[in-house]
Amino acid sequence: MLCERCQERNAEVHLTSIENDEMATVHLCTTCAAEQGITGSTPAPAPLADFLAQIGKSVDDPSRSEVSEPCPYCGTSSEDFRHTGRLGCPQCYVHFEGQLRGLLRRVHGSTQHVGKLYLSEASGVDDPTAHLRNLKLRLERAVELEDFEAAAELRDQIHELEGVTP
Amino acid sequence: MSRGDAVNGGDGASSRGRSIGDRGTAWLRTTGEDHEIVLSTRVRLARNLQGFPFSLRGAREDRERVLERVREVLPSTRLLAEATLWEMSELDPIDRRLLHERHLVSRELIGPDDGPAPAGSALALNAEGPCGLMINEEDHLRLHTLCNGMDLEAAWKHVDALDEELGGMLPFAFHHEFGFLTCCPTNVGTGLRASVLIHLPGLVLTKEINKVLQGIAQVGLTYRGLYGEGSEVVGNFFQISNQTTLGKSEDDLVDHLREIVGQVIEYEKRARAVLLREAPSVLEDKVWRAYGILRHARSLAFDEMMNLLSGVRLGLTLKLLRTPRVRTLNEIMIFAQSAHLERRAGRTLDEGDADVFRAALVRELFFTDEESAASPSESRHDAAD
Repeated sequence: MLCERCQERNAEVHLTSIENDEMATVHLCTTCAAEQGITGSTPAPAPLADFLAQIGKSVDDPSRSEVSEPCPYCGTSSEDFRHTGRLGCPQCYVHFEGQLRGLLRRVHGSTQHVGKLYLSEASGVDDPTAHLRNLKLRLERAVELEDFEAAAELRDQIHELEGVTP
Repeated sequence: MSRGDAVNGGDGASSRGRSIGDRGTAWLRTTGEDHEIVLSTRVRLARNLQGFPFSLRGAREDRERVLERVREVLPSTRLLAEATLWEMSELDPIDRRLLHERHLVSRELIGPDDGPAPAGSALALNAEGPCGLMINEEDHLRLHTLCNGMDLEAAWKHVDALDEELGGMLPFAFHHEFGFLTCCPTNVGTGLRASVLIHLPGLVLTKEINKVLQGIAQVGLTYRGLYGEGSEVVGNFFQISNQTTLGKSEDDLVDHLREIVGQVIEYEKRARAVLLREAPSVLEDKVWRAYGILRHARSLAFDEMMNLLSGVRLGLTLKLLRTPRVRTLNEIMIFAQSAHLERRAGRTLDEGDADVFRAALVRELFFTDEESAASPSESRHDAAD
C-alpha cells in the first residue's frame, strides 16, 4: 500500500481515529507520519528510567555540584544514589538537600509538599527550629478547626520556645 | 501456626485464623461503579519511620525492629486491630505467591521464588475491609486500599483514615518542605499512588489506544501492566496512575486521576459503540470464538487465557453474551494463576500441567454459570448487567 499523502513510499503507519463518532483510517509512510506529528511509539512507562536520566543531567550541570561526603547517618553516597535511584534514610534528604531540590523540581515540577501535614507530638523534638515550625502548623490547624483551647496551649508553647530559640 | 492450615487458595474456604483462605479477594465482587470496565481502584501511601534506614538499605536488625514497632501498635488501631499479620518468612513460597497474585503484596516484599523471604517483610490484612499494610518493602510502610470498580473517593478515604491512625502512634519521617520522606524520591511528598485497573479492548481494537496513552502521559499520569511497575499489559488491562507525588495535594491528585479516567471510560464506551456499528459481525465472531475456546480448550497458557477473557468481557458488556458473570471473569483472572492452581492441585505444577489445570478450571466455572443462568430460580442477575 502506498502512502496516501506522498503516493511514493510504502505506508507503514496506519492510524485509526474516531471523530464525531465516525471511524477513519489513514495510511502514511513514516516520513509523512513524522511530518504530521504522528509517532508510532507509545510513551515509555518507565518513571525510574526517566528519573535516572534526570540525575544524569544534574551531574552534567556544572552549577550543581554533587555532595562529596556520604550521608553521616547511613553511609549512602552520591554515587550509590545515582546508581540505584534510592536514598538510604530520612536524613539523606537533609544531607543531599541542595542536590535533591533541583532533581525534585525536574521530576515533580515542585519541591514544596502541599498535601497532608504530619503533626505528631513527637516529630521534630530533637530540632528546635523544626519543632517550632511544627507547633506553628498545628496552631494554624487548631485555629482552622476552631479548637481554641488547643490553640491557646500551642501558642504558649510557641512563646516559650521562641524565648529560648535565637 | 501449623503449616497445614495456611492452605486453600481461591476455593472460598474459611478465612478464619491465620490461614490465607480467600482473604483479600473481596475486590473481585462486582459491586463498584463501572465495574465492567474498571476492575479495581487502589490507593497506596508510602511512609517511613524516623530513626531507621529505609527498609531497602536496612540491616536485618533494623527491619526486624521496624516490624516490632508496627506489631506493637496494630492492636490499638481501629482499622487493623483484627488484622492478621503474616511474616513472609513464615509462609511457604506458594502462599507468598498467592498473595502476590491477588495484588496484595509486591514482588519485592515476597522475595525470589527459590530463595528465602526478605527479613522482617510482612503483610497485615483484615478478613473483611479494604485496608492492608505492607511492612518492610522498600519503604517501612505501604498502606493500601483496594476496591472493586471505579471508587477513588472511598479508596482514598479509607487509606487516609488508616494513615491518621498509624501516624498518631508511629513517628513518621516528615520534612517541612519535601513532605513524607520515601526511599525513592519519585514517591516523596504525599507518598500517594492512586491507580485504576481498566479494561480497554475497544480502544485497542480501534487502534486509538496509543493516542489515549500519549494523552495520559501529557497530563502527568502514567500507565503500567497488570502487576504495576515493570509489568506488561495483558488482556487489554491497563493500570493508570498518577506520575508525580509532590507539589499537589492528595485530593488534587485523586481528583485529577478520577477526571481523566472518567474521560478514558467515555472514549472506551464510544469506541465500543463504533465497533458495534461499523463491524458487528467481526466483533461478534471475535467474542464467540473467545467464548468457544475458553469453554472447551484442554490447555490454556495464562496470556492466551487473558486475551480470550478480554473478548468475553467485551461480549458481556455489549450484551452479545449472557454468561459467564463478570465476577466469574474477575475470579478466573486471579484463581487461574499458577500459585492458585498449585494450591488447588495440592502440588507444584510445571508449565504444561498448569495450562491443563487452568483450562479445566475455566471450563468448570463457565459451565457453572451456564447452569445457573439456565435455571431461573438460581439465576444471578449480575451476569447480564
